[in-house]
Amino acid sequence: MTVSIVVVSHSEKIADGAAELAAQMAPDVVIRAAGGTTDGRIGTSLEKVLAALEQASGSDGTVVLTDLGSAVMTAESALEFAGDAAGVLLADAPLVEGVVAASVAAQGGADVQAVKRAAESVRGPAQQPGPPPQEVPEGPATGEGPAFTGDFELINEAGMHARPAAKIAGGLSSLDAEVLVNGVDGTSMTALMMLAAGKGAVLHVEARGVDAERAVNYVGGLVQAGFGEP
Amino acid sequence: MALDVNWAVKWLTLSAQAMAEHRTELIELDRAIGDSDHGENMDRGFQAVVDKLAETPPETPGAALKLTAMTLMSKVGGAAGPLYGTAFLRAAASLGDAAEIDPAALAAALAAARDGIVARGQAEPGDKTMVDAWTPAVEAARAAADAGGTDTLSVLVAAAEAAEAGAVATDPLVARKGRASYLGERSAGHRDPGAASSALILRAAVGAAA
Repeated sequence: MTVSIVVVSHSEKIADGAAELAAQMAPDVVIRAAGGTTDGRIGTSLEKVLAALEQASGSDGTVVLTDLGSAVMTAESALEFAGDAAGVLLADAPLVEGVVAASVAAQGGADVQAVKRAAESVRGPAQQPGPPPQEVPEGPATGEGPAFTGDFELINEAGMHARPAAKIAGGLSSLDAEVLVNGVDGTSMTALMMLAAGKGAVLHVEARGVDAERAVNYVGGLVQAGFGEP
Repeated sequence: MALDVNWAVKWLTLSAQAMAEHRTELIELDRAIGDSDHGENMDRGFQAVVDKLAETPPETPGAALKLTAMTLMSKVGGAAGPLYGTAFLRAAASLGDAAEIDPAALAAALAAARDGIVARGQAEPGDKTMVDAWTPAVEAARAAADAGGTDTLSVLVAAAEAAEAGAVATDPLVARKGRASYLGERSAGHRDPGAASSALILRAAVGAAA
């Protein structure tokens, strides 16, 4: 089982589309859309949200993502109405990016709190520009006090696009480590994509925490394998 | 008279009538400072409530209000759905399984409804929202209930009058919550549609008891 995702939007098309987009990167995650009203208008419906929550319910919990104001209120009302909302968390995140980031984290085996964080880290604190790509030869992780670091050159043609970013963010979100990749949060798929790192760029990975070494090796392994891409 | 389930059903039915009668007026108010769907949404939502009450007749006032909450949250669509839905849901919880409502229980249920709206919408008095109708209504109802006696009608009248005055008092306010807040200063000079519909609903409660 993985954490499941419910997408609440004023528009049925937006909810369905966001779920479809995320499903492409998270094939094993249950993602249910609750968009529009029951009679197909723009709006949100408690009935639809409750039905989606019901379908998504599982032992590992559910993260709910919403769009504009009243979708948030409808989702909150659904939790109040259902009474027993244990394991169901509302994430405060931009809808499309949040759904994708949450789904990828769920696919990677993250728990319900980590999936919520993955969604919310999309917005993140104002991102600081990372250090400029450094001319450092790629190599294995080296320990530096409590932190582990590694520098890895991207060898796949497409560089850091959606799928590699999803793989890195998804894997890291299930590890107990704080990981910065070129200065941005390694568990944030969108932050990784915004690095716009192309082929030949070097990813500087810094990790702290229990799984720091594993985290650096995980990213290094993926990068050096070209993410399984040409 | 005692407020029982028949009163509750009549209240909700009269509310539906009021939404239908004032549909255009609410649409016009919302067109000025919102997205002009409030009248249509409230009309559709309360017609659905009337249908539900006929389908599954409730046995207590609380059950009638809970059914109303569920229906409004499912059928209204806009922000008014979860806001009114939460109001009715909290009022239902406040009333519990009681078959009849006395003045103190009535004042407490109105306060629970108002608290639900505040919790859900995060609006404060003066933000030019339905809270500006509900807050004076709750205060007036409590004062009327505290005055003693067993007269629920006077509590309802006090609430309705205060809500109507509160709605009128939103005219000059600058919106700080909801869609109207995007307009900033330009929202002044228009009545808040949610405050207006709240006053209509509380007035219908008087009609049902009279």
